[in-house]
Amino acid sequence: MSKPNNILTKFKNMPVDGMTKTLFVAITLCLVCSMVVSFAAVNLKEVQEVNKAVDKQKNILQVAGLYYEGIDVKKSFSSFEPIVVDLNQGKFTNRFNPLTFDDRKAAQDPQLSTLLKEDPASIGRRTNFATVYLLKKEDGSLDKIILPIHGYGLWSTLYGFIALEKNGNDIFGLQFYQHAETPGLGAEVDNPKWKAQWKGKKLNNKNGELMITVAKTQKYKDHHIDALAGATLTSNGVDNLVKFWMGESGFKKFLINLQNGEA
Amino acid sequence: MSQTRKQLLTDPLVDNNPITLQVLGICSALAVTSSLNVAFVMSLAVIAVCGFSSLFISFLRHYIPNSIRIIVQMVIIASLVILVDQIIKAYAYEISKTLSVFVGLIITNCIVMGRAEAFAMKNKPFESFVDGVGNGLGYSLLLMSVGVIRELFGSGSLFGVMIFEPVSNGGWYVPNGLLLLPPSAFFIIGFIIWGVRTWKKSQVEVREYKIQTLEEH
Repeated sequence: MSKPNNILTKFKNMPVDGMTKTLFVAITLCLVCSMVVSFAAVNLKEVQEVNKAVDKQKNILQVAGLYYEGIDVKKSFSSFEPIVVDLNQGKFTNRFNPLTFDDRKAAQDPQLSTLLKEDPASIGRRTNFATVYLLKKEDGSLDKIILPIHGYGLWSTLYGFIALEKNGNDIFGLQFYQHAETPGLGAEVDNPKWKAQWKGKKLNNKNGELMITVAKTQKYKDHHIDALAGATLTSNGVDNLVKFWMGESGFKKFLINLQNGEA
Repeated sequence: MSQTRKQLLTDPLVDNNPITLQVLGICSALAVTSSLNVAFVMSLAVIAVCGFSSLFISFLRHYIPNSIRIIVQMVIIASLVILVDQIIKAYAYEISKTLSVFVGLIITNCIVMGRAEAFAMKNKPFESFVDGVGNGLGYSLLLMSVGVIRELFGSGSLFGVMIFEPVSNGGWYVPNGLLLLPPSAFFIIGFIIWGVRTWKKSQVEVREYKIQTLEEH
């Protein structure tokens, strides 16, 4: 008999509970399982990434009022032009590829973000670069501006988009695509009726002061959004985050530059 | 299918339901039952994981060293759960966003571990598979019942299809917001357990002790 066979029979006759076989079973099982898991992860990654991208595009279409059931998201999205904006300068930048730039990752990177001293939206660090989406008409002129916004509500950070008309002052729509607010109360930020209020409201008054407010009582008709009943803290959160992102530390500089053709 | 195998499949539905009789796997039942779509996908995931983990563990039962058997079971269950999670993320992205961590938490679902340890380690592969699927179905049955109550009265719809038009959309129904919150599932599961035990007296547990009254003393 050859030698390897000897070792095999010896191994076969070992007790299942012995050290050798225990180690053997543990290692083999781990190897097999890790191979199965990594095989699945690697193979499905592409589909998952596509899903994620389509989901984001769908939300941008929704906030721009272009979405309906059964729409070809990819095709309709081609009328949007993603561009990275330098928030400190208020200007477009071509330092990053807008298709691959990740605002959320940038907000974690000390090189690409600013630690906020005044932080009404409770986001800690603000990215210096944000991806905005410009909706172009067929003749190539600007139609709508879609800006990413986020901030803390009651339980969670709300991530969303705000759509502005080309004058950079009239709101077209607001939509959150990720949050974990209380169902039935704070989660009513997703209610189409509540969202419809935003349409036609103005960010700034004639003097260029930021006036938009989410509150229970109405002060200025053009700048007032009714707060959600039973969700004071979520409403305050939305109020804070919209004010933050539309204000000086957010997109205000960029919006002014865009109007003056200096962006 | 022989009589015993059929029993393995149907017993866990009512007579030996993992949730109502054994009171296992409650936490995920609270989290994923606020809408039926989500509860349905979760049910499929648990049936698949429970069935296949029992099958694989039963295949290996003679080779699993006793000293590391729980770890071996966990590794197999965890791998299957990750597999299921990845598949849901790839092919049901919308639902995977609502399910978030709860698919991952199937790993810690006592029903799966329980069947592996109590049944699959001692029985043949096919029987173990049937037993796992049966227990998964028992879990699903309860999940779906709770889901129907919560979604219908909490948001006025079933599987996302409007049944009662809520006031916020201009209808007549005032949704019960409590039913959308996790605690409501506790009440509903409690009522279901009460109902099942009133119907099937044999499921009532014997009291471990009895408080003595003064007279008896």
